[in-house]
Amino acid sequence: MAEFSLPQNSKVQKGKIHPKPEGAVRTKTFNIYRWSPEDQENPRMDSYTVNLDDCGPMVLDALIKIKGETDSSLTFRRSCREGICGSCSMNIDGTNTLACLKSIDDVKGDVDIYPLPHMPVIKDLVPDLSHAYAQLASIEPWIKTDTTAPEGEERRQSVEDREKMDGLWECVLCFSCSTSCPSYWWNGDRYLGPAVLLQAYRWIADSRDEYTGERLDALEDPFRLYRCHTIMNCTQTCPKGLNPGKAIAEIKKLQLERQ
Amino acid sequence: MAGQNAELKPQQRSMQTSLGKVRGLGSARKGVSHWWMQRLTAMGMIPLVIYMVIALVTVIGDDYTTAVAWLQSPLNATAMLLLLGTGFYHASLGLQVIIEDYVSNEGRRLMAMVVVKLAMTGLAALSMFSVLSIALA
Repeated sequence: MAEFSLPQNSKVQKGKIHPKPEGAVRTKTFNIYRWSPEDQENPRMDSYTVNLDDCGPMVLDALIKIKGETDSSLTFRRSCREGICGSCSMNIDGTNTLACLKSIDDVKGDVDIYPLPHMPVIKDLVPDLSHAYAQLASIEPWIKTDTTAPEGEERRQSVEDREKMDGLWECVLCFSCSTSCPSYWWNGDRYLGPAVLLQAYRWIADSRDEYTGERLDALEDPFRLYRCHTIMNCTQTCPKGLNPGKAIAEIKKLQLERQ
Repeated sequence: MAGQNAELKPQQRSMQTSLGKVRGLGSARKGVSHWWMQRLTAMGMIPLVIYMVIALVTVIGDDYTTAVAWLQSPLNATAMLLLLGTGFYHASLGLQVIIEDYVSNEGRRLMAMVVVKLAMTGLAALSMFSVLSIALA
């Protein structure tokens, strides 16, 4: 059966409460999920209070400040700090998002931070995404053609056809959507999930690609595609404002159209 | 190492690559008709259910012979048969999705699927036969 409760060794416990900074006027408390593979301890929630007058506006700024000044053992992924690389995806205040795009002021009360839900944890806020990356590789996210490209020229596409890819190419592959999807939680081993299906549709919608039919063949499967039950958590959580739910619906429409 | 390995679940012990696992047995190349029939039967049931509710409300409190006569009218009997047919078919498709979603053990999944399919087919046959035996009596 689908597992609805955490195994004993995954139950989250109370952790260390770090002291508030002295003399700070505006402060915010961050409760952060901590787990290390190096000991046999259960995960715990550590609390850090940050002086907001000495910190950038985003949750990622606070995480970097905590790591730099309070606790260097805090582990998380980040790179571009401007919503382009997709590295700092995590569950903040109950929603999957990018820490660099989430304003601290948007959170009422304490800021609770967990790793992306239902993925194996490598350490603290770093989930193991190998399976999701393999799923991305499986849909072959590159142009596939039999016609050779025109000599010394790019493959051409009309303005209208190019517009069909808007809302698809912007995805930064942070997997906030896939890890917010209950269907992906229960059947992620076989269901491709919204992030990968949006990428699949990005190549199906590309007028320059010549393997549309093969791509649809590979997706026509009760688990790979049809585990989507239009719950729409994906679209609601996407930090880039994209609509993976619509992309999946478009794939389903094409599957029906070619019957 | 051997001791460590023994603590892992079989799927973690496997040396298959992530891509190999994801590709698995390949695409089933089906699912469209299941998806489409679920929606088609749902759409079909909207007018049927509305008709049935209205029709049944009008005979509430009537005696046995009136009820039998009501079901013997070709329009009512046909609507009832269509409703039972699409209803049980829709239920069978929907229950299949629920089982696929929540029962991950292959053996139990297959067993649940067989039970549901047989039960839905049996109930559909029984209820439709009952309507026919009244309508054609």
